[in-house]
Amino acid sequence: MERRRFMQCLAWAGTGLVWAARGGVLSATTLDVAAAAGADFTFGQISDTHVGFAGEANRDSMGTLRDSIAGLNALPTRPSFVLHTGDLSHGQKPGAFATLAEELKAVKTEKMFFIPGEHDVAIDGGKEYLSRYGAGTYESRGYQSFDYRGVHFVGLVNVLSYKPGVGGALGDEQLAWLRKDLEAQSPSTPIVVFAHVPLWAVYPSWGWTTADGEQAIGMVRRFGSVTVLNGHIHQVLQKVEGNVTFHSARSTAFPQPAPGAAPNPGPMKVEADELRRLLGVRQVQYTEGMKPLAIVERPLA
Amino acid sequence: MKALIATLTAALALTLAFAAAGGAAAAPRVEIHQFKFQPAQLTVPVGTTVTWMNDDEETHTVTATDRTYTSTGLDHGEKFTHRFTAPGTYTYFCALHPHMTATIVVR
Repeated sequence: MERRRFMQCLAWAGTGLVWAARGGVLSATTLDVAAAAGADFTFGQISDTHVGFAGEANRDSMGTLRDSIAGLNALPTRPSFVLHTGDLSHGQKPGAFATLAEELKAVKTEKMFFIPGEHDVAIDGGKEYLSRYGAGTYESRGYQSFDYRGVHFVGLVNVLSYKPGVGGALGDEQLAWLRKDLEAQSPSTPIVVFAHVPLWAVYPSWGWTTADGEQAIGMVRRFGSVTVLNGHIHQVLQKVEGNVTFHSARSTAFPQPAPGAAPNPGPMKVEADELRRLLGVRQVQYTEGMKPLAIVERPLA
Repeated sequence: MKALIATLTAALALTLAFAAAGGAAAAPRVEIHQFKFQPAQLTVPVGTTVTWMNDDEETHTVTATDRTYTSTGLDHGEKFTHRFTAPGTYTYFCALHPHMTATIVVR
């Protein structure tokens, strides 16, 4: 499907769309049809909550966060768990992590998994984030893997090596861990990788890429079904490469411009009713035997 | 008479030099505008306190390359100051947008 056509489909995503990829071909259907198809389990993705954001692009980012949580709770199938794909806070504003933790208590799910965005680690190199969310991750470094009903999930950290001129990167230690982690998996195991900054080069001059992301992608190519979820760019974009599909998510706080559509990637100011179509969460459905995972976008309006 | 003129000239030169240094130290300032530090290179005397002001809607940081100092996330209109106490060339960047880099030269 051409990018233009894909964006047109997104434009009518009023009640939620399912994107299903079969043999590399994308098709869209409505949420009702997807719900009827019946999934083995579903999980949610929430991203870029930016607690502490108070800019003009959204004066009520706590309100849109609560609406996003309400959207997750209103899903016809309760998500088994929810992934937060980073930028929990806006530049580590004091108290932001605690405020978010309090708000997320309202999410109706069994468990939440977190990975950091650059906003969560920029000021102190990750100390505060890892003291809260490091427990249960590999050597308390923030990256982690787990299995759920036959699907192998891997959460990566690609925001801890920011330095002048270099943004997202995984680093050799994490790549070595990932290689070892994936070695144990059978090629028929569905893989879901989640990371904050896109692992693929969406728009490098805006920092929308992971310098060594291609190495990680190389490691998952041997698997029959790979779904890569990210945040960071505050908009839905999708790319298919063989058996690997990449999906970037909306923010709950503020939208950002399409790649290259503005002089810089700063928060995008839009009309109030338009804003709610650009914010939201997503649901992912897994059905055994159906290789691709179905992605259901849930904008606020 | 000649000696007096020489003395006065020297005194005047010293006063001017002092005024120039004092003027520079009073308000050395870097603006953050459109994802750039402006000026990208600023030269100041030892002991100068530099002020950064974020004019962007986006949040930025002022972070030393060696991480010896950093601002918090600066929202629109917020300021950060740092005093440079030793001569040298100090590079810094925005830890949220690492393509934003700049330099303070301290003499």
